[in-house]
Formats: sequence, C-alpha cells, structure tokens
Amino acid sequence: MLTALLIMTGIAIVLGAALGYASIRFKVEGDPLVEKIDAILPQTQCGQCGYPGCKPYAQAISNGEADINQCPPGGEEGIRKLADLLGREFKPLSEEHGTEKPKSVARIDEQVCIGCTLCIQACPVDAIVGAAKQMHTVVAPLCTGCELCVAPCPVDCISMVPIAETVETWKWKYPVHELRSAA
Amino acid sequence: MINSPYIRKPASVQGVMLAVLTALIPAIIVYASQIAAVVLVNLAIATIAALAGEALVLKLRGRPLAPALSDLSAVVTAWLLALCFPPILPWWATVLGVLIAIVAVKHLYGGLGQNPFNPAMVAYCAMIVAFPSLMSQWPAAGQLDFATQLGLVFGGAREIDAIASATALDTIKTGLRAAGATVQSIMGEGNFGLVSGRGWEWLAPAYALGGLYLLARGIITWHMPAAFLGALAAISAAFWLADPAHYASPLFHLASGGAMLGAFFIVTDPVSGATTPRGKLVFAACIALVAYIIRSFGAFPEGVAFAVLLLNICVPLIDMNTQPRVFGHRGDKAR
Amino acid sequence: MITRLFSFKGGVKPESHKNESSGTPIQKAPLPKRLVIPLRQSIRSTARCLVAPGQRVLKGEHIGEGEGGLGTSVHASTSGTVVEIAPSPMAHASGLETLSIVIEPDGEDRWIDHTPLDLHSVSREEALAWLRGCGIVGMGGAGFPTHVKLGGGRGIDTLVINGAECEPWITCDDRLMRERAPEVLSGAMILRELIGAKQVLVGIEDNKPEAIAAMQAAASGLGDDISVVPVPTLYPAGGEKQLIRVLTGVEIPQGKLGTDFGVQCFNVGTANAVHRAIRFGEPLVSRVITLTGNVARPGNYEVLLGTQVSELLDLAGPKADTDRYIVGGPMMGTELQSLSVPVSKGMNCIIAASPALFPPPPPELPCIRCGACARACPADLQPFELYWFSRAKNFGKAQEYHLFDCIECGCCAFVCPSRIPLVDYYRFAKGEIWARERELQASDQARERFEFRNFRQEREKEEKAAKLAAKAAETRAKLAESGEAAAPAAETEDPKKALVAAALARAKQQQAAVTPKNTDGLTADVQAEIANIEARREKLNPQDADKAP
Ligand code: SF4
Ligand code: SF4
Ligand code: SF4
Ligand code: SF4
Repeated sequence: MLTALLIMTGIAIVLGAALGYASIRFKVEGDPLVEKIDAILPQTQCGQCGYPGCKPYAQAISNGEADINQCPPGGEEGIRKLADLLGREFKPLSEEHGTEKPKSVARIDEQVCIGCTLCIQACPVDAIVGAAKQMHTVVAPLCTGCELCVAPCPVDCISMVPIAETVETWKWKYPVHELRSAA
Repeated sequence: MINSPYIRKPASVQGVMLAVLTALIPAIIVYASQIAAVVLVNLAIATIAALAGEALVLKLRGRPLAPALSDLSAVVTAWLLALCFPPILPWWATVLGVLIAIVAVKHLYGGLGQNPFNPAMVAYCAMIVAFPSLMSQWPAAGQLDFATQLGLVFGGAREIDAIASATALDTIKTGLRAAGATVQSIMGEGNFGLVSGRGWEWLAPAYALGGLYLLARGIITWHMPAAFLGALAAISAAFWLADPAHYASPLFHLASGGAMLGAFFIVTDPVSGATTPRGKLVFAACIALVAYIIRSFGAFPEGVAFAVLLLNICVPLIDMNTQPRVFGHRGDKAR
Repeated sequence: MITRLFSFKGGVKPESHKNESSGTPIQKAPLPKRLVIPLRQSIRSTARCLVAPGQRVLKGEHIGEGEGGLGTSVHASTSGTVVEIAPSPMAHASGLETLSIVIEPDGEDRWIDHTPLDLHSVSREEALAWLRGCGIVGMGGAGFPTHVKLGGGRGIDTLVINGAECEPWITCDDRLMRERAPEVLSGAMILRELIGAKQVLVGIEDNKPEAIAAMQAAASGLGDDISVVPVPTLYPAGGEKQLIRVLTGVEIPQGKLGTDFGVQCFNVGTANAVHRAIRFGEPLVSRVITLTGNVARPGNYEVLLGTQVSELLDLAGPKADTDRYIVGGPMMGTELQSLSVPVSKGMNCIIAASPALFPPPPPELPCIRCGACARACPADLQPFELYWFSRAKNFGKAQEYHLFDCIECGCCAFVCPSRIPLVDYYRFAKGEIWARERELQASDQARERFEFRNFRQEREKEEKAAKLAAKAAETRAKLAESGEAAAPAAETEDPKKALVAAALARAKQQQAAVTPKNTDGLTADVQAEIANIEARREKLNPQDADKAP
C-alpha cells in the first residue's frame, strides 16, 4: 500500500516537473491569443469599444479587462466568433458602445473642404489624401468607415455613405427554406 | 425566386418508395402462397400502424401531415418489418415493432433522412431482445391453415411447441450442439428443402427478382448487394470448405434468413448507409461478415439486423475515408 | 483520323427541345430603336468611356477602352448618336445596374473603316492586342477574354473547338455551324496558329447531325490534323472541362487553365468572331441568339449587341401565358430581372417560360441520402454533403469537400428526388466565402495601415524630440557665445518653452502682415463661396474667429 502510494507520488512529481519544464522550454513568444482575437476584430479602428484601436481592445479582452460585446462594427457575428474562440457564452452587443450599422465609407464634399488637414490626422488608416489648404479626398477602398474623421472637420463636409451593392459584391442569398416537412 | 435548373427529372421520394414497394411484391406473393397467407394481414396491420404512428408524431411536432404521409417511406419500413417478423407474431407485437421504428428511431432523430440507424432493423433487434420466444416461432411452410394463423395473430391459445418450429438457421445451430450431428444429418431429417428451409428457400429468388428490378430502375446501385452477397458467400465458403460437416454451404447461407431481403432491401437503405461507391462496398461487406459470425457463433439465429446496426454506427467513418476522387484531382481524395 | 473518345462520370439527359428553334435559318434582326451598351462587359472587367453624349459614332467605332488585364474594348454596334451615358440594368442574376452608353441608331448602319490583319506580318503579341481591340470574348456564356486565354499559349498540343451545345433549347451554335462552317473553321485555324496547337478537335454532340455534316464537309479540305468529332449527347458534355475530357482524356482541375495541360478550348461562336476580327478587321458587334420557349416564332436571330431584350422579343412573339424569361439554358441560365437588359456578348439564348413548360418545382423534402446527385455529378463530388455543409453555413467543411470544384451544372438538382434546390446552396456558399475573403483582405490591409500609422506617428514624435533637442543645444551655445550669460534660469532649464514663446511671437508678427495668398485673382463666385465657408466656420468655431484674417 505504502509503496504504491510512494510510486504514485513519485510519478506525479516527475510528470509535474516535466510539464513545468515543458511550459517554460516551449513557451510561445508573444501572446497568440491576442493575435487570434485581433484577427476576428474588424480592424475598423474606430475606438467605439473604448480602446484606441482593435489591437488594444484585443489585448484588453485577453487580459480579462473587457467584455466581448463592445465592438459595434464586428456586430453579432464578431461576438459569436469571439465567444467561440474564448469558450464563452454569446451576449448581445452592449448598447453603450453603439449599434451595428451598414458598412459605410466617408465622403468629403470637395466643394466645401477647406484643406485644414484635421481629418487626415484623425484617420487611423491614412485613408485621406490632401495637403494644407488643398482639397482633401477619401480613398474609398482604404476607408474602414470608422467615422473618426467626421467630428474633427471644422466645416462639416464629411458624410458617411453606405456602400452600395455592385455587381462585384453582389452575392446569392440563402435559399428560402421551403422545407414543408421533415418526416 | 426560383433559380436554375428550371427543369427537373420527374423523380420523387414517393416514386423511389413506390418502386421499393413494387419490388417487394414477388416475395410477398411467394410468402403468401407458399408459406403463410397471414402475412398479408400482417402487412396491413403494419401499414396502418406505421401511418397512424407517423401521423401522430407529425401532429405532435406540429408538421404538416400530407407530404410526409404521402412519401410512403413509413410504408416501406412497415412492409420490411412485417416481412422480417415471424408470420404468426401476435398483432400487438407487430404494431409495437412498427411504432418503435417510426416513432423512436425515425422521428426522435428528426424524421425522414435524419435517422442514423435503419428504423426497421432497430425495431427488429428491440423486439428480438424483448420477446425472444415470440420472435423465434416460425411455422414451417404451409404447416398451418389460414384460420389457425389468424387465430395466432389475433390472440387465442398459443400452444407454442405444438405449432412452431424454428427457422432453418436456428435448426442447424441448435442441432449442431448435439454430439455427432453434422449439417448433412440435420438437413436430412427436418423441414428442409433443396438448400434451406422447405418453402422458405423460395423467398430468396423472389427477393432477388425484386432487387434486380430496383437495380434496373436505378434506385439502388450494384455495390451493396454485390458486396454483401459476395462477402457472405466467400466467408461461408471458406468455413464450409474447411469443415463441411459443421458449417453449412454458401448456398444455404445465401438462401436462408434475411440474406436476400437484407442484400437488396435493408443494407441498401440510403439514409442510414454509406454513400460513396467504395464506402458502399466496405459497408455491405462488413455487414455480411458480422452477420455470418453472429449466425454461426452468436446467440441469435439471425445476425443481419445486428450487423446492420453495428455498421450504421461506422457510416460517417467509412464515408469520410472513402470519398471518391474529384474530377481533375490526382490521387488526393476529397475529404 | 479516328479519335478515341473518353467519358466523364455522371451527367444527365434532359429533354433536348432543340427542334423548336433549329429548323429555320438565322435571320437578321432589324435595327433596334435604341442600343444600350454596358461599359461593364463582365463581372470582373470594366471599360473607360471614350465618347460623350451628343457625339456621332459609326458602326464598330471604339467607344470604351478595356481596363485592367481582363478588360476588352467596347464598340458601337451601329452608327448613330450617343444620347446618354447612364446606369442601366445588365444581364446578371442580380439585376443590378451598370454604367452604359445609350446610342440612338441613325438607320444607316454605316461601318467605320476597317482592314484585315495579316497574321504573318505581325507578332503574336500584336495579334492578341488586335483581338483585345476587337472586343473578342468567349461567346459560350462566361465571356472570358479570348486574348487572355490565348496569352499563355506555349506547349499547346490540342485546340478544342466547342460545338457541343449540350443545354436544352439552345440552337445558336448548331445553326452557326450549319450555315457558317467555313468561317468557324477559319477562325479555328487562326486560333490554332496563335497558340501553336498541333491538332484541332471540333466536338459536336451527336444530336446535331446536320451541323456535324456541314462542319465535316468544310473541314475535309483543311488537312488531317483538324477533325470534327461527334460526341455522345449527355449534359454537360459542352462544359469546357467535360468536353476536353471527352475528346482528349485530360482532366483539368479547378483553378487551373487548359494551357497547363496542353489543351485549350474555344466556343464555335468565338471562333467565328475571331475569323471576322482577323480576316475583315470587324470588331464584335453582333451575335446569334436563340429565341425559343413559349413563343410563336422560335428561331435564331443575328442581333446587334446592346439591343434590348424587349425589342428582341417582338421578333419571336411571346405567347400570352409567358410569366418570365430565362437567359441561357434551363440548366444553368438565370431569370431575366428586367426586359430592358441589353444583349451581351455571352447571351446565347432567351427562353420564354410559362408555368406549363417550366412548372415550379414541388415542395422540397429532406435529403434521403439516396446518392442520385452524386451519381449525376460530372465533377465527381458528393453534392448532398456539400448541401449539408452549405446549408449549415459550415463553409470550411464545404471547401474541404471541394465546393469550388462544382461547376454549377445543375445535374444534382435535376435528379434529386427530394427536389432540393442544391445549386442555390452552392451559389450561396461560394458567394459567402468570397465575401469573407474580401472582408479579410480589407481588414488585414486596415490593420497594416493602422500599425504603420502608429509607427509613423511614433517616429515623427521621436524625430521632433531629437530636432528640438538639437535646436535647444544650438540656442544655448549661441546664447553662451554672445555672452548673454544672464539668460533667465527657467529658459535654460526648459528650452522647449523658449522655442514655443519665440515661435508664438513670430507667428503673431506674420499673422498681422500676411493675408491668404490663394484668394487673390479668383472669380467673384469663388470669393463669395469662400466668404460663405468662412462664415460657417466662424459659427462653428468661435474661438478661431479672431485668428481668421
Ligand atoms: S470597436 Fe472599433 S476599434 Fe474597437 S475593436 Fe471594434 S472596430 Fe476595432
Ligand atoms: S476616412 Fe474617415 S471614416 Fe474612413 S477610415 Fe479614415 S477616419 Fe475613418
Ligand atoms: S439526390 Fe437529393 S435526396 Fe438524394 S442524396 Fe442527393 S440531395 Fe439527397
Ligand atoms: S452543380 Fe455542382 S455538385 Fe451539382 S452536379 Fe453540377 S458540379 Fe456536381
């Protein structure tokens, strides 16, 4: 009996030591979890989550400081994916952080723009081109629709326009389910 | 909006099921005329029970009745069960068996197309485990007159030993336990015909005929029947050649019990079976092997039902590993 | 030469319905009242408009310049006046609009000057550019630019000319081969020369004996290495990959081009267009289209590209109970969303559908895993597995089961006894996967740009700090030099503050002296506008107001 106990304890110690060593020896550089979370976030970089960009929010989720339902651009699908990744329960988007909107891009009214460069400084992805006192414009394919440029504009010439469906982005809808019976 | 293709072959689930029912008719005729006419009554009982059971569950599940009832899949299950059960099984046992198949196996798993197990075979196994004696009373062909058969089906006295004998498979199995008995000596005395049970053996070609009809109609493919019968013949031949005194001939095995019914009607159930061509071969051959082992060495006289269930479990595994080569892909299989 | 035929697995045999429209010769459609020529020739390619409203154009005049690698030129289909350039629906399942040039024909149908191209005096590249300039694309439906397909042409052994036309109802290729076999073969010989193929195989389904006879007669004088091969009638034998398989035994996997396997395939209509482009220098401005189905006068018509379907239909006379129109064949076609859609290069057939001819499918039942679909699938897929995964939106699994090998031929849905619209699920799943791919790319790009911006801001801050420090050191040195040792202690401690103060003083001086330069010499309304904006700005930012000049 005693020998059995001793042997078991011995095995436990040896295995524990091996595991401990392995966890140090094979420690992965960086924090893959943050990367994985960041990969799910939409990269709109809008800050609506309360963090200065998607990566900081990812960091905060992984540290357990932030909840998973704070990113409005990611929407329900994003929350679902985060819930899947982290093995948590799905919860609806938190209202204080905003609501899910159709994807839009910023457009500068070029007649009104005074060339103040304030929007350039606000844009997190450098999607606005222009120079001081020159007309500015948004490079639509690069714009993430974060709306950060809207507020700083002194002459209110930036508006958000929803992206229209084109032949290139059109897709087939989910077939209407006419399953009249499952018997 | 309806999208292409705008034309469809006039195929329907109902059509498929109707073809299966049609294919069973030759066997039913042989059964009724050569063995026991009461099978027609059993078929009717089973059909009514199946439709009633299906209607009931659909009602409870809040689904529309008409499409499901008219697809005839419940009737196919009912007929297969009625043909598998002994003809003199009391009516309530037939009803119970059918309800197990329809309610528990088909609908609890989500209805048509969703059940991982063959409903008829689950019901058959459940019944044989629950009512072993009732399920092993088989009259010899033409032994009982129609009134007696009816009396047995609808209650009344059951003088079991007096009326019932066992199936050919059972007779051989129990007979071999006696010292010095050989297959030949047993077959020489009892109710045996040319290769198997007298009268019963004629069912086999009738089922095969129906099976050929299904093959011709393209309802089933050749893979499953061929693999099943081939494997059964091969393994029984191997044992028979090694020891003809204690193992029955391949012909006996092919003509006895549920072999032919199984090969063309049960193993080929699409819903619970393997779907890839190679998968079908593996699936059916494995059923034959397991069935032979149960027949020859197991506690039950017939093994097809158990073998089918056992292999039903393996279907996802079989399918996954036998995906056919996709057009244009070399060697690498779809997975 | 006897060609050994191969076969592909699966396939179905729908009723062919070819006789309705194949009996009468190709008729020339009258000049339409209006032509609508989309600048987007396919989903992937657009063209830049070269004309302006009011401009007069001649037939065959270059009115749109193809953009990007897949772009091809766009031409006016007849002579007339450009009336507007406006969005108009295009022939696509979405029914979405695209920018189009609207031309009002002048009735003269006058050609622009065009000259043939002498293939022997130009390089291969020039010849391909010529085809691009003539707007030649595949005319079997997909509309893939021919010069791109010819582009990789090295080591090609076999040129396949596709005259199979396996879809029911369509007969435009059949008529074309019967009536213009020499032209089609001349185009085939040009294509062959351009890719350097050793042999030419023309595959025609054996339900078109007249076309086979006409083509064989035309081919007899052209040498041994061109042969017209009847292939068994089995849908989809006219699918490019299937036809190549039947004629040569080569299987081309998804995502690969025939060139990698020494085979290339062109439609007979394309061959005819190539013939006209090279031998006459004519750009592609018309095509043969089958009008059939529930119509009084089914047949084939040679139609100017850009003719609106509504005008075309008058030729055939749809019957009263026609409820919709199908573009393409019934197996792979799409429903027409609007009758103002113009005829495009890839439009081979319009079928008037009535409930009697194309009854709506009975209700869908659950899949019974019968495997009928798998037996019919020419791509050797397991359609019910794909269906299951697509329906559950399990796209990863669907891709693992080779969703993208599906050619959307519709055989599986055609045979399914449960009448499941299988192909709809595949289209949906493919669309979702592509959309996700696009989103992922966009978000990766955004992440990169965001990270770069952060990095840049960081760097700028550092550079600024470094500059500041250098300047401060300089100032201090200067101060020390000029002997002003009595500088306030605070300034030496905080060089930044000193700089800021100096800059502020300078700015004040300047502000007083300078007025904005770029407002000089502007027109009165611009001045007014600027004043306007400044007023708004003042209202918005009162604290700025005093600074504004
Ligand atoms: S809310 Fe904005 S910044 Fe925050 S994670 Fe979502 S997209 Fe990124
Ligand atoms: S342009 Fe405006 S809305 Fe678009 S990414 Fe930049 S700041 Fe955001
Ligand atoms: S044909 Fe239809 S019912 Fe049969 S397996 Fe395919 S999808 Fe399922
Ligand atoms: S549509 Fe796709 S899955 Fe269906 S038969 Fe054609 S290739 Fe196969």
